[in-house]
This record gives sequence, C-alpha cells and structure tokens, in this order.
Amino acid sequence: MTFLEYAPAPESTSILDLKSEYGLFINGEFVPGNGESFTTISPATEQKITTISCASEADVDTAVAAARRAYEKTWSKLSGTDRGKYLFRIARLVQERSRELAVAETLDNGKPIKESRDVDVPLVAAWFFYYAGWADKLDHAGLGPNPRSLGVAAQVIPWNFPLLMLAWKIAPALAAGNTVVLKPAETTSLTAMLFAEILQQADLPAGVVNIVTGAGATGSALVNHPDVNKVAFTGSTAVGRSIARSTAGTGKKLTLELGGKGANIVFDDAPIDQAIEGIVNGIFFNQGQVCCAGSRLLVQESVHDEVVERLKERLSTLRVGDPLDKNTDIGAINSASQLGRMRELSDIGEQEGATRWSPASNLPQQGFWFPPTIFTNVSTSHRIARDEIFGPVLSVLTFRTPTEAIAKANNTPYGLSAGIWSDKGSRVLAVADKLRAGVVWANTFNKFDPASPFGGYKESGYGREGGRHGLGAYLAPAAGPKSSVVSAIMNKTPLGGSK
Amino acid sequence: METTATGSTAIAPASRALEVIGGDLTEKSLRRYLEGIAGVDAVGLEARAAALGTRSIKTTSKAWALDKIISLIDLTTLEGSDTPGKVRSLVAKALVPDAGDLSTPRVAAVCVYGDMVPYAVEALGRAHDADAPGRINVAAVATAFPSGRASRSVKLSDTADAVAAGADEIDMVIDRGAFLSGRYGLVFDEIVAVKEACRRPDGSYAHLKVILETGELNTYDNIRRASWLSILAGGDFIKTSTGKVAPAATLPVTLSMLEVVRDWHRLTGEKIGVKPAGGIRTSKDAIKYLVTVAETVGEEWLEPDLFRFGASSLLNDLLLQRQKLTSGSYSGPAYVTID
Repeated sequence: MTFLEYAPAPESTSILDLKSEYGLFINGEFVPGNGESFTTISPATEQKITTISCASEADVDTAVAAARRAYEKTWSKLSGTDRGKYLFRIARLVQERSRELAVAETLDNGKPIKESRDVDVPLVAAWFFYYAGWADKLDHAGLGPNPRSLGVAAQVIPWNFPLLMLAWKIAPALAAGNTVVLKPAETTSLTAMLFAEILQQADLPAGVVNIVTGAGATGSALVNHPDVNKVAFTGSTAVGRSIARSTAGTGKKLTLELGGKGANIVFDDAPIDQAIEGIVNGIFFNQGQVCCAGSRLLVQESVHDEVVERLKERLSTLRVGDPLDKNTDIGAINSASQLGRMRELSDIGEQEGATRWSPASNLPQQGFWFPPTIFTNVSTSHRIARDEIFGPVLSVLTFRTPTEAIAKANNTPYGLSAGIWSDKGSRVLAVADKLRAGVVWANTFNKFDPASPFGGYKESGYGREGGRHGLGAYLAPAAGPKSSVVSAIMNKTPLGGSK
Repeated sequence: METTATGSTAIAPASRALEVIGGDLTEKSLRRYLEGIAGVDAVGLEARAAALGTRSIKTTSKAWALDKIISLIDLTTLEGSDTPGKVRSLVAKALVPDAGDLSTPRVAAVCVYGDMVPYAVEALGRAHDADAPGRINVAAVATAFPSGRASRSVKLSDTADAVAAGADEIDMVIDRGAFLSGRYGLVFDEIVAVKEACRRPDGSYAHLKVILETGELNTYDNIRRASWLSILAGGDFIKTSTGKVAPAATLPVTLSMLEVVRDWHRLTGEKIGVKPAGGIRTSKDAIKYLVTVAETVGEEWLEPDLFRFGASSLLNDLLLQRQKLTSGSYSGPAYVTID
C-alpha cells in the first residue's frame, strides 16, 4: 500500500436518526400522502434509505390551502423583524445540525461528504442568515417603499443540490413575506424531510412552509394550481419551457433557472496552476451535475497542449469512490437515468470523432458511477459541445483571439455561466463585458455567495436568485397608482429641503 | 561580471541555466526568462492548499505518515545562545528521538550554525559515517544567516568553513534586497559562487539548500520567480524560510514551490528538493505538508534527499502522537525529552 492510497476515513452514518417512512409536510405536520409511496436509495450502493410519500393532486390542494391560510392569517401580518427572527432561528438550527444534514445529503444524493460538509450545508445556513437580514429592510429592495409580498409561492427544485436549492427558494420567499409549497426532486427528498423537522424545532407557524414529495405529476399539479401566485423552478430547460407555457396568462410571477453549457476560457497568460484547479472545479465539482458547470473548456491554441497535459495529470489524482469517505473527490451519479444520459452523449462524442480520455480508476460494482472524462479534438458542431451532459464530462475546444473566444463562448442556446482565466485585468473585464451569461467568474469558478444574484440568459431561464435581485422575485411594488410611490418618495423631506 | 557584445551584463555560467535559457546567458536573458513564467493567482493557490489540508489521514496512513515525517526532519537549533552542550543534546535526540520506543526512526539531519558543526560531527560519531545505517547529516546555515547582509567574501568563507568542518549540507540565504530591487543577476551569481564554495577537496559538493525567506519576498509571484532563479543557479533544495522572519513556512508557499519543482522535473527530468522551515509545530500540520507533496509532485519526493522539514518542537508532538497510536491514550509533555 502506498501513502496516496489513504486509509479509509468514512464519515459515520450513526448520527442519522431516520424514520422508516416520511409523510408529506403540510400545515406543520407530517401526514401520509394519497399517492403511491416510493423508496429513496443511495446512488452509491443502490441500497434503500427510507420510504417517501407521494402527494396526489388532492394533497397538493390541501398544501396550497394550508399555505394560503397561513399567508392570510399569520405570515403576512407579522412584522419583518419577526419574520427575520424565524429565519435566523432556522439558520442557526441548520448550523447546529450541519453534520447530520451533510451525511444525509451525501447518502441520498451521492455527492462527496467533503462537498456537502464544506459547501452545501454552510451555504444553506448562509442563505438563511442573509435573507433573515433582509426581512425588515424590504423598503430597500429596489421596488420603492412598502413593497408587497406575492402570496403563495410554488417551488420545484432539482436533485443536484437538494438542500441548497431548497434554501435558495425558501429563504427569500419567507423574508419577503410569502408562504411556500415546495416540491423536492423525487430522488432526493431526504434532506427536505430533515429540514421540515428543523421548521418544527424552530416553531415556524403552521402552513408557512409545506413540503410535498413526489414525481413530475406532483410538481405539475403544484405549479398549475390556480391559487398560487408565484412559481419558481430550477431544473431542465424542457420542463421549464412547459411551465412557462402553462403559467402564461395566469398572472403567476415566474422564475426559471434552467440548463447551461458554460464556457471556461483560458488565455495564454493565465495563472496556469490555478486555471487547472479552476477547470477541475468547474466541471468535476458535484460530478459535473451543476447547471452552471464549465463544461466547455475554451483554451487558447498556443497553450492547448500544455493545459491538456497538466489537466490529465491532475485528473489522475482525483479520488472516485465512496461518497461518505472524507477523502473522496468524486462521488456517485445521482440516478441510473442520469448515468444513461452521460453514457449516451459520451458515446456520441466518440462517434462524432472527438478523442475521449479518462484516468485509470476502479469504479465500484454497485451504484451509479461515471469516471471523470475529457474530450479533446471537439468541434463547435459536436453534440458534446452543444448539449448539456450534466455529468463529469469536459469538452475541450480552442480559440486564437479574444474575439473568437467570445464568439465561441456565446455560440450556445444557453447563457448561465462563464469563466475567464487571465493575469491581465483589463482583458478579463473587456471579455466579461461581452459574454452573454448570467454569471461570469474571473480566475475562479463555481463560487456562490448569497449576496450575489444568479440566473441565466436565453434558454438558461429568467429571473435572478440571490442578493437583492433574488428578493425582488418574491415582491411587487406597493399597491396603487405609480404616483403614490412617487409622492411617498417626495414626502420624505430631503436634508435642507423646503419646509 | 563582464559586458558582452550585446551590451548586457554576463552572469556566471551555471550549467542548468545554460541548458534551459541558452548559451547567451546574461542578466537580460535571465530577467526575460524569469518574467516569462506564468503568474500565480493568490486566491486560487490558497484555496488549493486549504483543500489539500482537509485530507483525512487515519489509522495505518497516519502511522506511516508520523514515522515518515520524523525521518524527514532537520532537527534544528539556531540560537545566539547555542553551546557545544546544547548541540550534543540535540544530536542525542536526533539519534534516539524516543528512548521509550527504539523503533522510532532517526531524523534526517541536525541543523546548526557553522561554528557548531565540529561539535555536531563529533557528537554524531559513527552515525555520521558515509555508509552508516540510519546516517544523520549535519546541515549548517551559512552566508551571514539569517539576514545575508555581509560582503560576498564573508559569505563564501562562512560557507567554506562549514564545509571544511564536516557539514554535509549548507543552508544559504539569498540576497533579498538584491532580488526585490530587480538585480536578479547578482542573486544568481551569489548562489553560483556559494555552490562553488560547497566544493570539497575531493571534488564532491556539500548539498546546497537555498533559503528564499518567503516572508520577505511577500508575493507568490516573487516566490515562484525566486524558486526558478535558485534552481537555475544550481540549488539542490529550495527552502522557504530562516525561521527568524514571520510568516515562515506556510502551506500555500510550500505548494507554490512544489509546483516549480514539479515543472522543473517535467522540463529537465531532474529532481529538486523542497524544505519548508519555521512554524510547523504539530503533527496535524506536518501531515498536511506530506499530503501536499504526494499530491503535487508525487510520493517519490517523500525521501530525505527531496523533502525536509526544518523544525525543532515538531518532533515532540510527533512522538506524542506516535505514543498515542501505540498505547491508545495520550500521554503528555513529561513523557518526551525537551531535546
């Protein structure tokens, strides 16, 4: 045995105290669902974790009614300061139970424990802390004084960051004074159930947050429910498009955060060692199952060979395996169907003439696994350069000039994220200015902060989450004609103004 | 120094630099070469070092790591108050780190001031013989350590004295003032000259460790440039710090130097050593360095001729951790010797 085959360092699951079955969380209580319950498995072992209820259309109706009641009777009547107190309380409870949440997330999702422990769960707490601070400062959200909450928000979230996406949705909605019905992804409901327990611990008024589990039909019933005022969805572009169609003309406010095919642009003057780390973090973080992943590497032709060589060397040190082991860098793929898509698109990449490479690795027999993979000799017309693979698969393309880099980066129906690597600040700013992407990272990648808005251009969706902009997605300007807003502003006597 | 036909100042011919930069070795060509090296992004470098620091080294891996770290230590005393007695005591500790457990490996070397070399050699006795099993080297700091503020001739005789007294390794300091004012040729020439002063009558050389004093160079770009400069000029090892300036060794600084060593190996096939020194006091920290070496340049660097820890108090923490692994319970400072 060599030193680099570090002895196993598994995080213990004994901290978890899971129930054998979870109901729906409606009106502050767990209730059985009327749909057919399903099991949730660990993607690393395919072993059953627990049974999850499925919400029928009637259950969704009950949940929306509970949210409506809570909105009208309780939540919309609370002061911002009091709403903030609940959010602060939730944030602290997330921190207190962080180890438990991290283990549950890794077990259910397949992501490495080091990511759920060091990224997902700390960001969840950060999101609640951040929006807790906003709850009593809505006058400064950019919508004029006394902005209104919208009412009941229907929120549907994906499986790639189950608890983090929950936080992105719930925290701003509650801070702004809305109540929530949230549907987690079918394969990753576990941490939402633990979160429901946290809400009980926090003594959040019943009905303010309701969680309905289930598959696509449950989500469809939720977003199409006539009594919701706001729909927020994160997931595939196809589903997002159908939601946009069905909510059109209903008056529901809509936020969509959809797919991406992010370009990571490496110029020849880039800090090379950090660029390699950034490329790795851009596409192999969370097994590449990230909507803003840097899945297209655009590297300046003059440094292409060096970058690819260094990248291969670095990939050879990545540790793929048991997600609960604290030294694992790449965990399991979330589901068999996702794995199937990665395999299919990678095979197409080879057939279209790109060169495929993966480091030698022993993938476990059980569970869903895909090795970190890079494709070289990729053309812009290849499907692996256009379609979102949503896996640990990097397509390497080249460019010669900044103009070409910008053109290639923007040559996609998506527009969620991009990265620029260069030691020259003026070039970074000039290129960032021309990229049609919601987030542009300079000399870093996949960094998230609750104060920073996040969202897409084009087929990557619309609306922003995070920051002041994310708060605005759950608010409307004060009721009444515009002039009343203006007069409200005018009435504030400026310093030294007329008396 | 002389002026060449091209009008720039020629610098001492060092074989590595001649091979990599080309025949026309001048201050100008050296500067151009060093300035062409890719920059370092400080945030990214520190993030990578922090990520390496989260590796969880347990059970058998930890036991291996503790023994490996002990065998890579330059056990050091560099005080104005050093005496022959203090050096003898240090040597005794180097030979038998833990009298309660004779399976404990010996350290790689003892590191002392030049005037203490004869006492160290004497105290080591047979353990300093060329072919002795578990041989311990004697390293001497030289060149007006730690500031390096003395004339060239003083620095060279400081070095030659230590080598003549039996030092196997010389830890020199670079002229940081010259480096920071952009006189790279001067720094280069000095390293070449010190290397020459390391030459023994039989034609062999004492190993040369070049101390960059990274705490004074301040930026990672400077550290990377100074690392290249030291290797080009003939250094066998690049070393972070004297231990007299804060900050001394840090994980990002060491990572950055390891990246240079890795690139040099890729370029020439030659292996250069790295020595972080100063500030590494706990086993936990030292294990992070071990992980960083293994994952950056490879495990083959975890040998005394390619990696060293410059440390003194670290050894006792390693011994306590080692005792804990064998006995299952923590002892205390009373169960390890002071030096």
